[in-house]
Amino acid sequence: MPALSPAKKGTDKGKTGKKTGKQEQNAQDYIPPPPPMPGDEAFAMPIREIVKPDNQLWLSEADLNEEVAKMLTANNPAAPKNIVRFNMKDKVFKLEPMVEQTVVHYATDGWLLHKSSDEAKRQMDMEKMEQEASARFQADIDRASHEHKDHGDVEPPDDSRQLRNQFNFSERAAQTLNYPLRDRETFTEPPPTATVSGACTQWEIYDEYIKDLERQRIDEAMKSKGGKKAAAAAAAAGAAHAAKNEHVPTLQSPTLMHSLGTLDRMVNQNMYEEVAMDFKYWDDASDAFRPGEGSLLPLWRFVSDKSKRRQVTSICWNPLYDDMFAVGYGSYEFLKQASGLINIYSLKNPSHPEYTFHTESGVMCVHFHPEFANLLAVGCYDGSVLVYDVRLKKDEPIYQASVRTGKHNDPVWQIYWQPDDAQKSLQFVSISSDGAVNLWTLTKSELIPECLMKLRVVRAGETSEEEDPNASGPAGGCCMDFCKMPGQESIYLVGTEEGAIHRCSKAYSSQYLSTYVSHHLAVYAVHWNNIHPSMFLSASADWTIKLWDVHDPKRAVMNFDLNDSIGDVSWAPYSATVFAAVTDDGRVHVFDLAQNKLLPLCSQKVVKKAKLTKLVFNPKHPIVLVGDDKGCVTSLKLSPNLRITSKPEKGQKFEDLEVAKLDGVVEIARKSDADLAKNAAH
Amino acid sequence: MAEQQFEDMEAFLRVAKYTLVKFTDMHVEMKEEAMDICITAVEKYPNDAEKCTQMIKDQMDKKFGAPWHVVVGKGFSYEITYEVRNLLYIYVGGRTAVLLWKM
Repeated sequence: MPALSPAKKGTDKGKTGKKTGKQEQNAQDYIPPPPPMPGDEAFAMPIREIVKPDNQLWLSEADLNEEVAKMLTANNPAAPKNIVRFNMKDKVFKLEPMVEQTVVHYATDGWLLHKSSDEAKRQMDMEKMEQEASARFQADIDRASHEHKDHGDVEPPDDSRQLRNQFNFSERAAQTLNYPLRDRETFTEPPPTATVSGACTQWEIYDEYIKDLERQRIDEAMKSKGGKKAAAAAAAAGAAHAAKNEHVPTLQSPTLMHSLGTLDRMVNQNMYEEVAMDFKYWDDASDAFRPGEGSLLPLWRFVSDKSKRRQVTSICWNPLYDDMFAVGYGSYEFLKQASGLINIYSLKNPSHPEYTFHTESGVMCVHFHPEFANLLAVGCYDGSVLVYDVRLKKDEPIYQASVRTGKHNDPVWQIYWQPDDAQKSLQFVSISSDGAVNLWTLTKSELIPECLMKLRVVRAGETSEEEDPNASGPAGGCCMDFCKMPGQESIYLVGTEEGAIHRCSKAYSSQYLSTYVSHHLAVYAVHWNNIHPSMFLSASADWTIKLWDVHDPKRAVMNFDLNDSIGDVSWAPYSATVFAAVTDDGRVHVFDLAQNKLLPLCSQKVVKKAKLTKLVFNPKHPIVLVGDDKGCVTSLKLSPNLRITSKPEKGQKFEDLEVAKLDGVVEIARKSDADLAKNAAH
Repeated sequence: MAEQQFEDMEAFLRVAKYTLVKFTDMHVEMKEEAMDICITAVEKYPNDAEKCTQMIKDQMDKKFGAPWHVVVGKGFSYEITYEVRNLLYIYVGGRTAVLLWKM
């Protein structure tokens, strides 16, 4: 489609003339408007003036009328006509004969499609589908709204099948409140754990296997014997196990009591540590510089609330445990009698008695059995005698003498276990103010008394041989002591209210072996020497202590006046010449005849405002116990000067030396007595 | 009944081939499984206690959850704290003891 560009044509010089001619023709065709009429100047047409440029070509009429022929050619006048390209084949530049003559002035794409073309068909199908879907959806909505009217609430139809314009949507966002975060923790119970310990060795494994094999054998044997027996045995075992596991309240369980006891001991040990150290190790160093003098160191004091109003009437060490002792509480006063009490203390626990027993009447004397250390014989103010088994921890006696079985009519002043007789039954002897000395035998169910001696008054100067039984009344017994020498266990001494001391034997029940009359008032205590076979001491209410030789009933060997009423006197177990006495003014007097024959080595006040009533040496440790009438028992340690004993060399016996020591003292005393008598005669 | 006597160790070991449970507080199924593991391990490494314990521990950890402890030996003493129901003490084959616990 070749086309002529008018602009280019215009520029063509050769044809310009013809053109202008044509313009002139156009100008001739133009009719000028008529001149405006007078009077209607307002409506006059605007005047058209043709302005011609100065250099406009002026053409004549002929020129203007000249015919100019115009031709359309298929050639592009602007196309180059001399394009030369290098010909590789001929290796020369050659003129390109064919030049592109096409010029595109305008191009546009149309959107019309032919109906029969594929694209048009596809478009028509799509439109058709869309219309159908829309129609279906509309039908659904119509039906739904119809049903809604009929039935009320109905789900709107599912429009997911409808095709939609994906780009036709609007988005709307909103921020909701964000809740703050919080931590929360909790602990669970840890899983329960347990601890085991043990050891494993080859022989243990071996033993275990042997045991298992044994068990297997027994099982097999049981099976063969029959299942019934096995079942019965298993049931019995189960029952036994159940019985064993019977519930005991924790507070009453014996294990707890035992633990508490241990704790009590530990607390006491801490509290009284210094005292315990003194008891064990302290010795008065000053003793070395003052021979002939000694001192007593107070250690523990044993008091309990119940014992405060009572008087200590007797103390007895336990023969088995040398730290244990029994204390009997009662009253010496006739008008102030109350119930009795027995406390059993241990040195390890001064604050509280280990055992406590209550009696109806005041306790006057206690004695532990020397062999069966758990048996405690007790004599009471009302004349009854009791036997306690300490181990039972029960507050009631295992034996009790009653009015029916026979008992003393007056207070029992002293009680003494006897060594076993031929029948191997347990026996003890008691002495009472009613003048009877009874031998009690423990049978299965009761105490059987047997009268050993009825005490009678012996007038001074009368010897036992000449005595007439009918001429004298009964005498009250106050105290007694059995001879400790082997072979003479049946010999015993009795002190009476009248002041006479009788030597008796269990073998003869109606006669005194001898009578020692020198005291003017009641004899409170008699005590055989622990080592010397024939010496004994007596203490009396007439404020004197007398040392006697058994074979010399006429006259006491030595006299000691303590200037106060004497409560008790006792030989020391470790020496034949040492003895101690307590007096009502609260003093303890310790004598060693080997060192000083006239005065005590030590006379020390140990209690304030109380009368001392009883004194006992510990058989093993260097301590004494003294009891007072305020219910308090004090333990005292003897200083080294008070426990001087002879040291046996080779071939010598300790007992012989001690006996010789006392014999020497007695010898001198007798000599001085004889001198005095001689002087008096002159 | 008279106690059974053996002339020597070999005679004893011939009889004592089985496994003896000395003490356990495990549940029955757990015990069975743990015993299986122990016996297998002891028989696999009769002379290497280290590998044996490693094997028992690994398997127990895998089966019953983490910290298990094992002692395998012919003589030892112990004092252990364990989670209850997780203790096993057995003698294997008459001369080896296995103590297995969790904590």
